[in-house]
Amino acid sequence: MALLAVRALSKSFRGLRAVSGASFDVSEGGLMALIGPNGAGKTTIFNMAAGVYAPDEGEIVFAGRRIDGLRPHQICAAGIGRTFQIVKPFAGLSVLDNVIVGALQREPRVPRARALALGILEKLDLAAKQDLPASSLTLPDRKRLEVARALATGPRLLLLDEAMAGLRPTECDQLVAVFRELNRGGLTILLIEHVMRAVMALARQVVVLHHGEVIARGAPAEVVRDPAVLECYLGEDAEV
Amino acid sequence: MRAGALLAVLAAALVALPLAANSYFLSVATLVLYFAYTGQAWNVMMGFAGQLSLGHSLYVGLGAYAAAALFTKFGVGPWAGMWLAMALCVAAGVAIGLLAFRFGISGVYFALLTIAFAEFTRIGFDHIGWLGGPGGLFLKIEGRKTFDLANLRGGQTMFYYVMLALAAGAFALCAWLLRSRAGYYWRAIREDEEAARALGINTFRWKLLAVAISAAMTSLAGVFFAFYYNNLFPEQIFHISQSIEIILGPIVGGIGTLFGPILGAAMLTALADALNNLVAAMGWDIPGVKQVFYGVILLLVVVFVPNGIWPPLAKRLGLGRGS
Amino acid sequence: MSASLIANVVIAGVLTGLVYGLMALGLSVIFGVVRVVNFAHGEMMTIAMYAAVLLFGAFRLDPLLAALPVAALFFALGYALQAGLINPFITRPEHSQFILLVAVAAILTNVLLMVFGPDARNVQTDYMLDSWAIGQVLFDKARVYAALAALATAAGLFSFFRYSRTGTAIRACADNHLGALIVGLNVKHLYALTFGLGAACVAVAGCMMTLLVEVAPSVGPSYTLLAFVIVIVGGLGSMPGALLGGVLIGASEALAGLFIDPSAKSMFSFGLLILVLLLRPQGLLGRKP
Repeated sequence: MALLAVRALSKSFRGLRAVSGASFDVSEGGLMALIGPNGAGKTTIFNMAAGVYAPDEGEIVFAGRRIDGLRPHQICAAGIGRTFQIVKPFAGLSVLDNVIVGALQREPRVPRARALALGILEKLDLAAKQDLPASSLTLPDRKRLEVARALATGPRLLLLDEAMAGLRPTECDQLVAVFRELNRGGLTILLIEHVMRAVMALARQVVVLHHGEVIARGAPAEVVRDPAVLECYLGEDAEV
Repeated sequence: MRAGALLAVLAAALVALPLAANSYFLSVATLVLYFAYTGQAWNVMMGFAGQLSLGHSLYVGLGAYAAAALFTKFGVGPWAGMWLAMALCVAAGVAIGLLAFRFGISGVYFALLTIAFAEFTRIGFDHIGWLGGPGGLFLKIEGRKTFDLANLRGGQTMFYYVMLALAAGAFALCAWLLRSRAGYYWRAIREDEEAARALGINTFRWKLLAVAISAAMTSLAGVFFAFYYNNLFPEQIFHISQSIEIILGPIVGGIGTLFGPILGAAMLTALADALNNLVAAMGWDIPGVKQVFYGVILLLVVVFVPNGIWPPLAKRLGLGRGS
Repeated sequence: MSASLIANVVIAGVLTGLVYGLMALGLSVIFGVVRVVNFAHGEMMTIAMYAAVLLFGAFRLDPLLAALPVAALFFALGYALQAGLINPFITRPEHSQFILLVAVAAILTNVLLMVFGPDARNVQTDYMLDSWAIGQVLFDKARVYAALAALATAAGLFSFFRYSRTGTAIRACADNHLGALIVGLNVKHLYALTFGLGAACVAVAGCMMTLLVEVAPSVGPSYTLLAFVIVIVGGLGSMPGALLGGVLIGASEALAGLFIDPSAKSMFSFGLLILVLLLRPQGLLGRKP
């Protein structure tokens, strides 16, 4: 059953077609990666799913309900959480307070939100740093915080925007393990990623975008050998 | 619980003050509390929700004129009049907020918008003959010896306690707000509005709420102003210097903190008063000397202690964050 | 109300507006490049006006000529102010910047008050009461000279930014601060230079203004606000916009003074500011923010 269905999505910016007739499904409990060269339209699709802009054509259906055109806070209320490519912690607040903000979406009362937040920090191995100001965290920890915060809102689907950017290989592996664990617990994940290491390790389904169109989809191993994919990444005369 | 103990001592001292102090000292103390109060009110919008308003004199003025007009024209006392004052200011604040936030105005532009509304109103009131125009609106002063709480006619001590109650109320309200869901959401909006939206926060509504609360609180300061000083001039009460005086306390003391506005107001008022006396004693009674000193102090604070004086002080005293 | 009266009022407004425009140009350049909200802009204008008054009083130096040394002085002072005091505040939160300049403004206004006292002063040149007549329409000589000087200064500034290397470098900084740093431009120096140029504009505008109105320490804040209204109406980051905005405000204020009430003049400007901020925040000629 598709939790998220993207159907014939199109979006143009001042005459430039960023996304053109893109369609794909993310099944419940799935773990899908959107890949493609820069400018392929991945972030635009993401932002449409997250409510940052509305599509020009097409629709996005989440859990049987159309969500295209909804605003970001409504998308969150519907059950979709997201992280940002360049992390956006609430720098002046403590790590715990950051997550409480997210938790308040699920539990309007502060004491309960606090308990919920603590639980999530435990899960993401940040409990020891709960009282530190978010601005003092290292990049890998900031990324965990961003995930924790989004998780606190109780999403069914998590959108991860280039979560591995800027991380060293070991840090990347650690974060991959976190996502795998979350997915095993029932969370559906859709991620944009350039770091192939993470894509191959994590994704069970991959969708490849190029010039705003879907050019391939399937399991990672198949997609990586697809000639169309190779051509767009490596140029015409490339070989496996 | 050190913060609690400190607070209790402070509260006791403030309540007992009139017993020990003379009328002049009480008037200075009342002024400190006035600016501590308006500073707290402004802080809700700026320190909590991150919206810089440089036109708060609008709410002081509207509140003052509303209550004063009801009293002088219709004989309605301040305790009833204050409701109209609050309603009027909330309407004005929400109108400004609605317009600004709907059109995505923020930062410098928002601040300029607030200034423009205050200035527009100032000049407008100069032309409202019914409210006295530039000549001013006056309340009758019925002898300072009476104690008429219902109509706020009385001596310095009465006004001191009224202001103390207001300031204490504001402090309690802000403390409660800060620890509530609103407090968390406002601080999130202040830190990063886009990230806040992604966490389900309807930033438009919450910002409007901050503006409304801030405006309502400030309107009461206006009501007090009207009945304390008994005269209102558009040039004075809506003037941009009023708006600036309001924000000085929180900025010097520490934006977004609870004690910041109080500390800032206390320091600045004490400083201004000391300067007044110094200047008079030295015979330097040239107009402008006091303001130059004031400006220099402000400059020094903003250059060297940009987050205000309270945060480093709180650290020294071992008090937790968020106070 | 005759057509010639209206024409006279509009012309006077337009000419005055050009001087306003030059003042606003200084602010536009400062705000557009350094991104600092110069709350002390009006006070700088006031000081320039006092400088012209003093030079006239001491040496009978015509403000049109005094503009040169005053502009040079202001350039140096503006440079020093930016490099010395304001520079660290560029990366600080906006309210910090505001307060810094509010403090500077308060200090300047009150030092003026201390030195000159609260009474108004002015300049009386020979030609101030003369005018040229074309039919029934009058052109005040003083206003025309002032407006021409303003235009000349503005033209000088335009060409500097358009054709000189330094000017181009400054425009690069304005467009992309980080990029400019990476490319190796000495941004701190360029910012200070820009502030100096903005201050020089204000200096010329102030000297010209003494031909039209009198000066008192209290006029500072209203000039600051006026400058902001003009810059926003005309469009941030647009130099022609500042002049256009100045002319529009000058003319509309003059007309408002004629038809409504002289004291309601600024109310009109603020109303216009509110409308522009809400409906077209990039102003008439500015780029979209």
